[in-house]
Formats: sequence, structure tokens, C-alpha cells
Amino acid sequence: MPAVLIEGIHKRFGSLEVLKGVSLSVDAGQVVAIIGRSGSGKSTLLRCINGLETFHAGKIEVAGHMLTQDPTKLRELRKDVGIVFQSYNLFPHLTVGQNIMLSPRITKNVPQAQAMALAKDVLAQVGLSEKFDSYPDNLSGGQQQRVAIARSLAMQPKVMLFDEVTSALDPELTGEVLLVMEKLAKGGMTMLLVTHEMNFARTVADRTIFMHQGLIWESGPSKELFANPQTPELANFVKAGAH
Amino acid sequence: MQTFGWPEALFILRSAGWTLALTAIAFFIGSIVGGAFAIMRLSRLRWLRRFAAGYILVIQSIPVLMVLFMSYYGLSALGIELPPFLAASASLSIYVSAYLAEIWRGSIESVPRQQWEASASLAHTTAQTYRHVILPQAIRISLPPTVGFLVQLVKNTSIVQVVGFVDLMRAGMLVNNATYQAFQIFTLVGAIYFAICFPLSRLSRHLEKVMNASRSH
Amino acid sequence: MLFQDVFSKWPMILNGVWLTIALSFVAIGLGLVLATAMTALRSLAGSWAGYIVDAYVELMRNTPFLVQLFMIFFGLPQLGIRLNGLEASVLAMTLNLAAYATEIIRAGVDSIHKSQIEAGLALAMTKWQVLKHVVLQPAFARVWPALSSQFVLMMLASSICSFVSVQELSGTAAIIEQDTFRSFETYIVVTVLYLVLALSFKLFLNWLGRKLFPQVSGLARLTEAHGEAA
Repeated sequence: MPAVLIEGIHKRFGSLEVLKGVSLSVDAGQVVAIIGRSGSGKSTLLRCINGLETFHAGKIEVAGHMLTQDPTKLRELRKDVGIVFQSYNLFPHLTVGQNIMLSPRITKNVPQAQAMALAKDVLAQVGLSEKFDSYPDNLSGGQQQRVAIARSLAMQPKVMLFDEVTSALDPELTGEVLLVMEKLAKGGMTMLLVTHEMNFARTVADRTIFMHQGLIWESGPSKELFANPQTPELANFVKAGAH
Repeated sequence: MQTFGWPEALFILRSAGWTLALTAIAFFIGSIVGGAFAIMRLSRLRWLRRFAAGYILVIQSIPVLMVLFMSYYGLSALGIELPPFLAASASLSIYVSAYLAEIWRGSIESVPRQQWEASASLAHTTAQTYRHVILPQAIRISLPPTVGFLVQLVKNTSIVQVVGFVDLMRAGMLVNNATYQAFQIFTLVGAIYFAICFPLSRLSRHLEKVMNASRSH
Repeated sequence: MLFQDVFSKWPMILNGVWLTIALSFVAIGLGLVLATAMTALRSLAGSWAGYIVDAYVELMRNTPFLVQLFMIFFGLPQLGIRLNGLEASVLAMTLNLAAYATEIIRAGVDSIHKSQIEAGLALAMTKWQVLKHVVLQPAFARVWPALSSQFVLMMLASSICSFVSVQELSGTAAIIEQDTFRSFETYIVVTVLYLVLALSFKLFLNWLGRKLFPQVSGLARLTEAHGEAA
């Protein structure tokens, strides 16, 4: 039973078809990188998986949940699927600790003491224990992103989605975030990451998907894909180095 | 003809107290009604949105004097005769509700879209998103314009005499009718309004600076 | 409810509408001239002028319009200056609008980056040319939505001039009400007229903005949508 099953997804923005029939299957514990030019549909695909975008044809099943418009079912799905955004999106009026504790408390009724222990635990996993009482404003971009990862982890998701999470960071700060992601991967988390970090995709992701014009253009084991591109589009993309 | 002496000045000052009371009540009731209209304005039901938008548009497109008259004579037509203080409070509350609804709706919409997405992605219901994520941020954003509007409210209370209420302005006019020393009287009246409004204006500008400073991170 | 009594007074109502419009346009015209002068004074004449303008603006913005009007109408005679209701109204509205407009224009001027001015001077423009083309025109374009809102507010505020017996629309309403005893009908009609006036004026100003400042019309429409509450 795959952790993520995507079959024949079509999506339109107005008259523009952004996803033209995408199918993908990800087993539990696998790490899949999705690469491609801007406009290739990769972020849109990722956002379909947790329901932030809708699609008009095809089906998606993730962590045992079918993707629907039903709000209650969607919320259940989102308890098992975490997402980390390019712009971190931490809640600025809450401390780091409060950011992390909020969702477990209000969606799963986890009692305060337990929530705090959970929050401290995930914060330690991303290496920011000392920032528990700080406000997001006082953290660097890399630190905020790691808190964002911790916030998602606190929900104990079965699948984690990463939407270009290092693209908004200064180069010196991407390393700390990638390290956390690598740790998660080694720990067996099912991960789908849209990324420009080719090196990371090649070394950490089990499989890499190259998207082009709304379709999966090439897909395969990461090292293989980067070493031997089968299509001119991927070859050019890899050569250009993207980023 | 009387002279403009201490008893007259004290009468004016006491009436200033009534102006403040009126402001406070109109603001309080107007906030509750305004909050309701702000939520209606953001509702998923189209007719509710349009109704609220219509209400806000009408009240913002007519003079406050007309809001006063319409509520006063409208209620009269329904057979309800309110004493001046209540008439003034009710009318001003309606005026306040429309402007605050617009300010607060604007504040809610100023909260970045990504905050909604992040909250939804954490499996929060819409109500939870409003309560824990959106409203705390919207309230902060709304403080400068809300305080700024309070200044407008204080100034606009100066016309409630048309429904028979004796506020600071009316008191000044009454003393003027008795003493004909308009220059001194309205200087005093103006100074009292200024003393109330100026600190509020400063507060609003200060809050705006604080808001911009924290936003630029 | 009998609206006929009110409708039969339509010439008077029309006069009231006309006077409201005339009063507003005159006050806005004069007020803008005064505001531009004060903005120029503030930036060219040094800090003491700036303080005086600031004090004037704060005074006008933190006291009710009615107080200002009464000061002019009832207070000035004590100093020997006797104005009738209409004259006092024009003066009061002009002074009031000028204060708000000065603030708004100043925000616009401040938003023009110094580098723009330097660029203009580097292109061998005179100080006056820079002022006109690099500073004032873009500044006005940027704050046109805020200015427009203020103009509409001023038109609505003209209703207060009825307190000094000026027969603009509200003053006319008071007279009709006294004549016919049909308070509710009178005020409904007048309210609807104000609504029509305000919305028409807003549309006109939007159109005017697009005509005068075509280069930023898109941005202007965006900022309008985000509203200017009083």
C-alpha cells in the first residue's frame, strides 16, 4: 500500500492547463525529489496532495486518505500530512513553542503538559531547543524554517511535503535546513520535496522526478537520473544547474 | 446679557463629560455591530456579503447628520420616541458600526494569505484559524486606524444637538446665545475637543509606527 | 407617508443640490491651492514655516468642523470681520480641506525618493521643473485615491453648513421639513440624493484620476479597493 498514490491528475488555472495527467506512486519511507523549471507544475502538484490546490480529474490517495473537498475529511488528512512552505509561515504573534504546541492542542486535544513535552522534543530534533520562548521575528530565516519543520513534525505526520523550503534562504542558511531534512529522511519519514537543490536531490532522495510543462518528463533513481538524462530537456536543466 | 464667567465655563466643561460618555457608548455598541458586519462582509454566503456591503456603502456615502436624522425620524415613524441621549447614542452607533466594519474587514484581509494556508494545513477548522491565527494578527493591524477613527467619532458628536442632546457643542452655543462672546466660548470649546482628540491622534500615529517597524522584519 | 408634499418642492431641492455641489467644488479648488502652497512652503522655507503649517494642520484635524465654522461665523465679528453664512462656509470648508490635503500631499511628496530628484537635476532640469515633473506630479498621482476620498468627505461635510442657515441640501431639508411636517419623507429623499451625489462624485473623481494620471491608473485602482475609512 503506497504512502502516496497519484493517478491521472489534471488541473487548470482558468484556461491554462497546469497539470496534464500526472501519475506517481511513493512507498512509505521513500524520499522523492521533484525538480523542474518554474511553471512546470511541481509546486502545484505538491499542493494538490494536501488539498491546498484542487484538481478536476484524477485521484490522489495519501496516508490512507482519499483527497476530497469535504472539510472534515480534509482535516483528518492534514493531521497525517505535514507541509513546510517556502516562506515558513510561522505565526508571528506566538512564540516558537506556542507555534508548535498550537495544533496538537486544538486539533487533537493533547493536554498542555504533554504538548509542551512534545514541542520540546521536536524542537530538539531540529536543534533549536534554546529558542522555545523566542518569537519568530528574532530568528534567522534558517532557524524559522527549522521551527516550521518542527511545527509540522509535532503533528506526527506519516508524509511530509516540502515546497522549495530553501529557496528563500541566504546560501549560508540552507545547510542547516538540509541537514534536518536529511536526518528526517534517514529516520524513515516519507518525504516529497520540490527543490532546486540538485545535490541534495541526488544524494538524499531515493527517486527524483523531473517535471516539464505539466507532465512527469522523466523519473527514476536519483543518481541514475542525474548521471544519464534521457531527454534533452532534463539534460539542459541539469547543465544549467538551476537555482 | 450675561458675561462669560466661571459658571458658564463649568457648564461647558460638564457637557464635555457628556460628549465623552456618548463617544464611549457609541463606540462600544458600534464595535459590536461593526464586528458583526465585518464578519458578514467576509461570509461565504453571497447575499450576506452584499447586504453588509450595501449597509456599509450607504452609511459611508451620506453625511453623519443624515444618519442622525434617518435613525431619529425612522424610529419616530415606527412609533418609537427615544429620549435625546438614547437617540444620539443609537444613531452614532449605526455610524460607528459601518466605519469600523470596513476598517476591521480591511485588517482581516491584510493578514497574509499564507497564514490561512499554514493554519489550514495544520488541520485547523475555519473557526480555529480565525480565533488562534487570523484575529490576533488582524486586531494588531486594526489598532492605528481604529484609534484614528475614534478621533472622527469625537468630532462628529458635535452635531447631536439636532436630536435634542446637550453635548459640549450645544453647551457652547447656549452660552453664546446668553453672552454673545463667541470668540472666547468657541476657543474654549475648541480647546476641549483638541485636548481629547490630539492625544488620540498621536496615539494612532505612534501605533502605526510600531506596526510598520514590526512588519518590516 | 406622503412623498408628494416633498416632491412638490423640487425646485428648492434642486437648488439645494446645486449649492452643495458648488460649495464643494469651490472649497476643493481653493483648498487644493492653499494646500499646495503650504506644502511648498514647508519644504522650501525652513523649519519655522514647517512648525506653523504642522500646528495649523493639527488644529484643523483635531477640532470639529462645526466649531471651526462657528468660530468664523460667530467669533470673527468680535474681531470686526463679519461674514455671512455662505462666505463663512466657503472659508471654513476651504481651511478644513486644505489641512487634510496638505497632510495627504505631504505623504505623497515624501514618498518620492531623493534619488529621483537627483536624477532630474542631473538631467539639467531646473529646480522648478524638478518640482513639477519629478515631485508634484507623481506625488499627486500616488495620493489621488486618498485625496478623492477626502473630497467626497468634504462634500458630505457641507451638510454642516446648514447650521449657519446656508440652504445647501441639508439646509433645504430643514426648511421643507418645517413647511410640510413630513420629517421622515423629507430626510429619506435628501439622504438618497446625498447617496447619489457621493457615489457620482466618487465615480467622477476615479475617471478624472485616470485622465490626469494615466501612468499609475492600475496601481491607483488597487489602492482604492483597499479603502479609506474616514
